[in-house]
Amino acid sequence: MTSDIAAILALDGIATGAIYVLVAVGTVLIFTVTRVMFIPFGDIAAFTALTLAALETGQLPGTVGLVLVLAVLASLVEVWSLARAGKARQIPKALVFYLLLPVLIVLLARLALPLTPSMPVRILLALLLVMPISPLLDRIVFRPIADASVLLLLIVSMALHFALVGLGLLFFGPEGVRTQPLTNAAFEIFGVHVGGQTILIVLASIVFSGLLYLFFGFTLTGKALRATAVNRTGARLMGIRPARSGAIAYLVGSLMAGVSGILVAPVNTIFYDSGFLLGLKAFVGAIIGGLASYPGTAIGAVFVGVLESFASFESSALKEVIVFSLLIPILIWRSIASPHIEEEVEE
Amino acid sequence: MALLSLRNVSVSYDKVEAVRGVSLDVEAGQIVSVIGPNGAGKTTMMLATMGLLPLTGEVTFEGASLAGLDVEDRVERGICLVPEKRELFSDLSVADNLILGSYSLKDRSGVDAALAQVYERFPRLRERRRQAAGTLSGGERQMLALGRALMAKPKLLILDEPSLGLAPLIVREIFRTIASLRALGVSVLLVEQNARAALETADYGYVLETGEIVQEGLADSLIHDPKLIAAYLGGGESR
Repeated sequence: MTSDIAAILALDGIATGAIYVLVAVGTVLIFTVTRVMFIPFGDIAAFTALTLAALETGQLPGTVGLVLVLAVLASLVEVWSLARAGKARQIPKALVFYLLLPVLIVLLARLALPLTPSMPVRILLALLLVMPISPLLDRIVFRPIADASVLLLLIVSMALHFALVGLGLLFFGPEGVRTQPLTNAAFEIFGVHVGGQTILIVLASIVFSGLLYLFFGFTLTGKALRATAVNRTGARLMGIRPARSGAIAYLVGSLMAGVSGILVAPVNTIFYDSGFLLGLKAFVGAIIGGLASYPGTAIGAVFVGVLESFASFESSALKEVIVFSLLIPILIWRSIASPHIEEEVEE
Repeated sequence: MALLSLRNVSVSYDKVEAVRGVSLDVEAGQIVSVIGPNGAGKTTMMLATMGLLPLTGEVTFEGASLAGLDVEDRVERGICLVPEKRELFSDLSVADNLILGSYSLKDRSGVDAALAQVYERFPRLRERRRQAAGTLSGGERQMLALGRALMAKPKLLILDEPSLGLAPLIVREIFRTIASLRALGVSVLLVEQNARAALETADYGYVLETGEIVQEGLADSLIHDPKLIAAYLGGGESR
């Protein structure tokens, strides 16, 4: 391997890793706030790519149907549980969040479509369409079992992933898509050819990680999310509702996954089931960060990307094997390095 | 009319009744203390009052029933619990812990002033405001828990064993702080094993034994009750 090839592989790996960073950070965010290991996260990224592709060809994306079905289901569940708890007065507010907002987004997409919107508008629409999916799934699936063990939540999450892949096939069809390149610019850095797309991916990853940092460090809502992650009982005693924190975590996480989907779509062909591998590799990155540390997660995700890039050069057939085999030494290292913490038994 | 009143309240863990038929009142501006031995059901009673455990019986706050209200709703009404375990946000800075104390306030305009007041009350917290809460000493943690609760501008503060595990000097400081809350118009429901310190601070006292109130009265009279001295107050005044 010459140094030229090594440089190209490293760059490619960093770009892939930057995409994993976004998904991995979202995964850690949702896990720490809700204790749910949200496996369908990669699917959200893939659905964003499929949504953007549909918008490019002027079709109404399958996301519309998915969001509407989920919105109706979530509204029914929410109204039913509010009515049973004798909190009928909160129903209008809940309907705004779970029904009106998703429907408005769908309407917006429907109205904007005939106007052949420009690329930035299409990207914005794709992100808007995808963002309601996880909060709605949270309301339907996870809220009723919010106090269950992490293991049970994980198993449900796994099942949800398979259900979503099925729904993805139903709503998006079996065709793979590749969206238009975001930029055609190319640069020469130290004699190495660097695509504008690569730079864009890395920049986007840095910008969104930075925004997340600012959100956590400097806004009351962001601090409340961290508080919920650190100590749920303490947070509740300050009037911070874990359910609300969860919904915000899902929204913010979806945005991260959505952006990663947009970034990956022009580079790789995306199918309805492409999200799983993306999510799983991000998960390896998140494990390196101990499912808790954001910088650790980011470093881990970039490491996975670079390793994958070199592995695919050495032996393309074995690249997934190499990446996932990495999990074993990491898990051994983590279990030795960090003290074992019993899962908190509450009440 | 009492600010908080419990009428015939019982709390059970599965089949074991930890609190049986307790009735208790906290008048506005009063410091009321519940004393009793370990395992008498004091903490259970406070957790249930806050909505963290289900109870039977009636709890009213400012004349309105709290039945069916979540913990968060009760916080918004003006009740704040400082639990025995403090429940601080250990990874967050002292300043962030305090800011989050004010989370339930809709009107954010007084938050900076409230923060300044807490720092004035506990200068140690100002010194350590950038440190993570998890790095604080026991006494500082209790100050932070109290400060965080005060940031919510509560009408009623429920303190569960504020002196637990603290050095005598710090215990004295904590109780001085509690006594000074009267001036702020904050009512306090104080649950303590340190019966002497609690009754010296309180206006009114209840004695809880094996889940039932066995005695109540003005704190001044309870503190001189020979039976109580023998059971809880020990050592006389000689300390």
